[in-house]
Amino acid sequence: MNGAADMGGMHGFGPVQVEPNEAVFHADWERRIFALNNAVGASGAWTLDAFRQTRESIPPPEYLALSYYGLWVASLENLMIEHSLATAEEIAAGRSLGPANPVAARASAADIARMIARGSPYDRPPRAPARFKAGDRVRTRNMHPKTHTRLPRYVRGHVGVVARVNGCHVFPDSNAIGRGEDPHWLYTVRFDGRELWGENSDPVANVSLAAWEPYLEPL
Amino acid sequence: MQLRVRALETILTQKGYVEPAALDLLIETYEKKIGPRNGARVVAKAWVDSHFRQWLFEDAAAAVESLGYGGNKSEHLIALENTPAVHNLVVCTLCSCYPWSLLGLPPVWYKSAPYRSRAVADPRGVLLKFGVELPKNIEIRVWDSTSEIRYLVVPMRPAATDGWSEERLADLVTRESMIGTGLPKQVDEVAR
Repeated sequence: MNGAADMGGMHGFGPVQVEPNEAVFHADWERRIFALNNAVGASGAWTLDAFRQTRESIPPPEYLALSYYGLWVASLENLMIEHSLATAEEIAAGRSLGPANPVAARASAADIARMIARGSPYDRPPRAPARFKAGDRVRTRNMHPKTHTRLPRYVRGHVGVVARVNGCHVFPDSNAIGRGEDPHWLYTVRFDGRELWGENSDPVANVSLAAWEPYLEPL
Repeated sequence: MQLRVRALETILTQKGYVEPAALDLLIETYEKKIGPRNGARVVAKAWVDSHFRQWLFEDAAAAVESLGYGGNKSEHLIALENTPAVHNLVVCTLCSCYPWSLLGLPPVWYKSAPYRSRAVADPRGVLLKFGVELPKNIEIRVWDSTSEIRYLVVPMRPAATDGWSEERLADLVTRESMIGTGLPKQVDEVAR
């Protein structure tokens, strides 16, 4: 979606501010929301892509006004209601007002220990041969889905070169909206800076990103 | 925010969706145990062990797994080699993707709008803000983390470190040097 999260190339956010000797968390609630989101996410209540879509769906004025972990709070509230883990009344009351959803997943400490040690690989067996190979020139589609996508706006409709074939990976555009993993070939595509940013771009800079096959057209 | 988060935690634990021990484990792991020292050890090993270095650039996930640094948010990993001709810089314009098992959780600046918006369009300007000025002819490769593939920059080994142990070399490897916004410390920057 063309939301506030997709900010590559935007102007006006000011200089990068670095905090020396930065702490991992800046308040206790950041610690708690980090753990809550990861625990519920690891239980399989929703996918990582659905979590991202929920975060990106926050209207731009609100998104830009919230801190990073503030976005996580708003997203967890929305996801809990959407997936029937809680009602809006319970969230307003700050406590449970009824029984748990009997089919919901549960996050145990053992699940979390496994998740930390092994993670959750996103590669899947291919269903068809790869359409592109390293060295192929490709153009990204000029697409503007209203739901989650991982093709940023700044790179749409541009020509790049396939630098690497990374196997077949879960397709976030499908996984985010509950339509299954629908795995597709994932390519590293490199774009010259001037192709993306015009004549004033640094002449020896380029941008590489991972793009799924449905994002790409042959040239 | 404190109250809103307490409300969510109360509901999730009262209904039994999360075990409190699961929350403690997550916080303990990512606040106290996993941090950029993991990545620094990987880089230091790549500096001294040419066999490991080759493995790291061919199959980074397996190579870091062999040192016990695999797992969550580094399942798919590409190691990026800085050379005298190429400098690599990693960003996630869409949010905050970052190799947790190697670098821990990302700093605020990495997740911030100024970095996410500028790194892809003006990498040299961003590097200058971090005090890194590269010769004009060095190719800057920016890597936007748009999938579950994570990136680890392997910076160039500082001069005058012949014969140093991996542990001592790891002290030179900063978090920023593994994201590409910085360079490793030089020998005269660390205490003898």
